[in-house]
Amino acid sequence: MMEPDTTSEFERALLSLDRVAARNILTSDGFETPIQRVEKLVVPALERIGTDWEQGTVALSQVYMSGRICEELVDAILPPGDPGRKNQPKTAIAALQDYHLLGKRIVYSVLRASGFDLLDYGRVEVNDLVRRARDDRIEVLLISVLMLPSALRVKDVRAKLQASGSDVKIAVGGAPFRLDDHLWQEVGADAMGRDASEAIEIMSQFAGGIP
Amino acid sequence: MTHTQLTSLQRVVTTLGHKEPDRVPFFLLATMHGAKELGLSIQEYFSRAENVVEGQLRMRAKYRHDCLSNFFYAAIEMEAWGGQVIYAQDGPPNSGGPILRTPEDIKNLEPPKVRQSACLAKVLTATQMLKAQVGDDAPIIGVVVSPFSLPVMQMGFDQYIELIYEQPEWFERLMRVNEEFCVEWANAQLAAGATAITYFDPVSSPTIVPKEMYLETGFQIAKRTISRIPSLTAIHLASGRSLPIVDNVVDTGASVIGVSSLENLTEMKAACRGKLTVLGNLNGIEMRRWTPQQAEAAVKDAIAKAGPGGGFILSDNHGEIPWQVPEEVLLAVSEAVHTWGNYPLDWVKDDG
Repeated sequence: MMEPDTTSEFERALLSLDRVAARNILTSDGFETPIQRVEKLVVPALERIGTDWEQGTVALSQVYMSGRICEELVDAILPPGDPGRKNQPKTAIAALQDYHLLGKRIVYSVLRASGFDLLDYGRVEVNDLVRRARDDRIEVLLISVLMLPSALRVKDVRAKLQASGSDVKIAVGGAPFRLDDHLWQEVGADAMGRDASEAIEIMSQFAGGIP
Repeated sequence: MTHTQLTSLQRVVTTLGHKEPDRVPFFLLATMHGAKELGLSIQEYFSRAENVVEGQLRMRAKYRHDCLSNFFYAAIEMEAWGGQVIYAQDGPPNSGGPILRTPEDIKNLEPPKVRQSACLAKVLTATQMLKAQVGDDAPIIGVVVSPFSLPVMQMGFDQYIELIYEQPEWFERLMRVNEEFCVEWANAQLAAGATAITYFDPVSSPTIVPKEMYLETGFQIAKRTISRIPSLTAIHLASGRSLPIVDNVVDTGASVIGVSSLENLTEMKAACRGKLTVLGNLNGIEMRRWTPQQAEAAVKDAIAKAGPGGGFILSDNHGEIPWQVPEEVLLAVSEAVHTWGNYPLDWVKDDG
């Protein structure tokens, strides 16, 4: 059983960018499998950091750097494609239209550090996103935006995917959705994440609680 | 009426002195709606200074607000630095890919010369034309992106955060280059007729960097830069939070703070009272689907929380009204401030 103090210690190491301390805690005794280390230590710490950002006590730069550090650490103990990673729907993430990639990068890092595997489409336009999601048979599509016009384009993505017979789940995130609680439903998304910790929750729900 | 009607400039100056003018000043920072007025695409609209001047004047006549803005779009600064601008039909022109691919690119980075930049010259021409039209009747608000926030467009946000944390020498060099540009750009706008400068600095918000980091970086940079801009300055953190750094913002020399709709306006006003004028904080994203009644309620709520005692300018939370916000909503906001913003605000006490 993980001591709550260890999670706090791990969180403190992340927020102060102390990679050595974070690695030492993550590789310490007390876990049976790598995915257990991720589930019991990394996920709760990243979830708490995400929630603290939402509440205004942690900054976005800390959320980003914590995610990057965890991504590196987790890749070392649980490489991409490792069968020990989570069983999950096929997932991709993209920044729609905007040249603002930070939000996508944060969610990408946090999800990978939490044991999920996902394709990164980078910055894409609507048609390109639809084509790639269809070709790759994506089941969960995570879309990040900064600007309102890009947020409104999610509606086009949904319509075009639907027209092609895809029943992909779409989760959205980014400033316009944080500022207008109704916007995600208006554009036809299935879920909206206010921060990286909610992205973990959403992915876990889409994965149907499969560990 | 217990007040004589003031000009827009007098109204703004009075509230900046933390006194009650005749009415709550109203800054409608609608940069793109001028294109609608002229029946032009956003790209056509921003292609000529004359369009922006005409758009600003028509909007002020229609919406009866208290300032003119020479702001085209944030990415125009990146255009001057050699970056690409991507136009949209329904939103502000966006900055394209980064001009700094690696931190080492900072080594040879030189700031563009404001006077030699065609895109910036267009803004300066618009400023001169606005000044010729409006004289001292209304303030003309100039805008600069802060040296601390410009790298989000220069190199991409993720790369920039890593630079701040991990490569302090390159960060310091980048700040020095950006500061020179920012000061020259701000002062050129003032020379062309701008009354005040908005120092747009979203990265300094505690939403983006921790306060301890801000005190060592964004705060120091703002102090150095603002001390070289001889006009009144407003700091705008876009939609980021600002309450925890209000006293630091005062120490930068700024007189006005742009407030996010994520912030509690009552708390902000209490923290800023007598020190900083509060600018904000109508939710521009939600505004898109407001009814006229919701617009009126939002204006009343903001005035009730921040209007008493002056030191308040009603505006949106971001400094740029989205293209999608309908004219009828903007008219309703204007009508509400002209109905409920007249001092003394006796109804605020009556409403309890």
